[in-house]
Amino acid sequence: MRKGDRLKEKIIQKEQIGKWLEKLGKDYEIWAPVKRNGLVLFHPISSAKEVYFNFLNSKKTPKDLFFPQSEVLFSFPKEEIEKEVETILQKPRIVFAIRPCDARSLALLDQVFDSEDYQDPYYIERREGTLLVGLACTHPQQSCFCTSVGGGPFAKAHLDLLMADLGDGKYFVEALTERGEGLLEKNDSLQEPQKKDREKLAKIKEEAEEKVKSKLVTKGLEKKLDKIFDSSLWDRVHQRCLGCGICTYLCPTCHCFALLDEKDKARVERIRNWDSCMFPEFTVEASGHNPRISNRERMRQRVMHKFNYFVERYGETACVGCGRCIQSCPVNMDIREIIEEIRNE
Amino acid sequence: MNDLYHPRSVAIRKTVVENEARDIKTFELVFLDQEEREKFKFSCGQFAMLSVAGAGESPIGIASSPLDDEYLQFTVKRYPTGVVTTALHSLEEGSEIGVRGPYGNFYPLKAMEDKNIVIVGGGFAFTTLRSTIRYLLHDKNRSRFRDITVLYGARSPGELIYKSELKQWEERDDVNMYVTVDKGEEDWKGRVGLVPNILSEVAPSSENSIALVCGPPIMLKYTMPPLLDLGFSPERIITSLERRMSCGIGKCGRCNIGSKYICKDGPVFTYKELRELPEAAI
Ligand SMILES: Cc1cc2nc3c(=O)[nH]c(=O)nc-3n(C[C@H](O)[C@H](O)[C@H](O)COP(=O)(O)OP(=O)(O)OC[C@H]3O[C@@H](n4cnc5c(N)ncnc54)[C@H](O)[C@@H]3O)c2cc1C
Ligand code: SF4
Ligand code: SF4
Ligand code: FES
Repeated sequence: MRKGDRLKEKIIQKEQIGKWLEKLGKDYEIWAPVKRNGLVLFHPISSAKEVYFNFLNSKKTPKDLFFPQSEVLFSFPKEEIEKEVETILQKPRIVFAIRPCDARSLALLDQVFDSEDYQDPYYIERREGTLLVGLACTHPQQSCFCTSVGGGPFAKAHLDLLMADLGDGKYFVEALTERGEGLLEKNDSLQEPQKKDREKLAKIKEEAEEKVKSKLVTKGLEKKLDKIFDSSLWDRVHQRCLGCGICTYLCPTCHCFALLDEKDKARVERIRNWDSCMFPEFTVEASGHNPRISNRERMRQRVMHKFNYFVERYGETACVGCGRCIQSCPVNMDIREIIEEIRNE
Repeated sequence: MNDLYHPRSVAIRKTVVENEARDIKTFELVFLDQEEREKFKFSCGQFAMLSVAGAGESPIGIASSPLDDEYLQFTVKRYPTGVVTTALHSLEEGSEIGVRGPYGNFYPLKAMEDKNIVIVGGGFAFTTLRSTIRYLLHDKNRSRFRDITVLYGARSPGELIYKSELKQWEERDDVNMYVTVDKGEEDWKGRVGLVPNILSEVAPSSENSIALVCGPPIMLKYTMPPLLDLGFSPERIITSLERRMSCGIGKCGRCNIGSKYICKDGPVFTYKELRELPEAAI
């Protein structure tokens, strides 16, 4: 490790986190995992006491902090437009304790919303105004497979800071960007990591990676998918699917949306809502023609988009292995099994 | 930076009902701010999102020529259940709507120079071909292209659109016009027959030629074999696709066929490209 890198590594005592967040809260709106009614979701917090540190992952992804499930883009009459876009964020934000897989998903969404030709100001403004403080996963779940799709429970990519719970009342914190360093500077009780802290970190990292038991073989998958587009496999794999769309709504990389108008007496609002390729209406045309006529075509689209089309377009798989689609599907569809079946076809 | 999804304001200067069923109308639009027209640089084959506040947006091919520099024209079919197309049709001249674009790719006008051009259109999908014909036939451009053949068909005489323009083109001697209908009527003196059949009859030479084809999916499907028979290679057959859209800019994930977004990588594709797509596109 280079000397410069070490400067960015610190130890924070667990009981100091509250004070640190309090200080950061003066300049930033802080969003963190909060457990309410048994459900862990990201919420804005005013005190570290609200943070639920022992979460596995949040039920919904934090993607809606950047790409809300429903948002007003602008309203008619048009005078109000400029104002609205410029005040997307009242205050810079921190997403505190975001998981590495979810941070990676944002980098994938960047490819879509921050492409060279068309930049989406709503998304970009939120993205630029938000720092990501990651929390490494020490307890990956049975449904996690991040290590198969380019991530890992301690992956640092796309984060400003990565924290890891050493389990002895200490967090190991590494600043990964200048902005992340800036956050660390706000903490006046930082300690230098000792040799035994580093050893501990290496150990829990290794243990965590080992706990990610499911392995998906994605090598050659893109090419394989090219070959089996018309395979009878698709007749089988969609059979149970209800077309409820949950897998896409909970997926951190899904980005499909619909633009539509809502009106009341005074004004018309143009809204952007999440949409889902698992819904029949998604592709139905005004003439009544629907090029994706059944669940078969829709399931195929979802799999192809993530493991073939997105790869071809942007060079990366549009799945970060978070396992949400596996956990929440009402009929236990498992993307890992589908991929396995494809590979064996 | 704020205007990605924001339509520009335009006024409907004129509307023309194009067909007997009265569900196809051409809208002539002028920008409220003329500077916006200058910024709206497009080429033949591109489309724009037409926006009616309260109803939403629809992608519609640009029917006027890039050289029609004062206005834009769009020819829109109203669907009985169609929210935006119905709202558009109900608007009076003088009403204000929005335009966002231009989007998508365009016909290969440069590559068409010094070549014979065969244009095959059907129904109301003739719109961007009309833009192209206006462009090719413009005094400034005509000499850069060789023979121009236009074959256009509709279900019945009453469903032919751009009637007065068809007549003007028929009167010119620098374009070979063939207008046909699937089913004639008593006073119809023109051709009767389906577009693919008439195409085989007319048999335009494929020598140094490019074909542009646009029409309902069924017409596209049956027009490809005769074109191939005439010797047009798949990369010399150009067509335009349609899929349900929302954003028009490759973000909403709606309009793809395989890895291609019709709104961004299309709507114009060569037949060669279509054949390489995993899903049957036509
Ligand atoms: C590149 C392109 C060019 C087109 N050019 C023309 C044209 O020149 N003239 C014309 O009359 N029609 C054209 N269409 C079809 C036209 O977009 C639809 O008929 C229209 O959007 C229907 O809208 P609606 O609100 O009335 O229907 P609804 O059924 O209420 O649809 C709701 C929304 O879905 C989308 N949508 C529905 N059907 C289609 C469709 N077939 N294609 C794309 N989006 C759809 C639109 O955003 C629409 O507002 C074109 C489509 C594409 C993709
Ligand atoms: S969550 Fe399950 S049932 Fe619902 S659409 Fe996805 S795969 Fe189908
Ligand atoms: S496809 Fe499933 S496992 Fe992959 S990122 Fe989406 S929700 Fe997570
Ligand atoms: S219309 Fe949104 S991606 Fe093509």
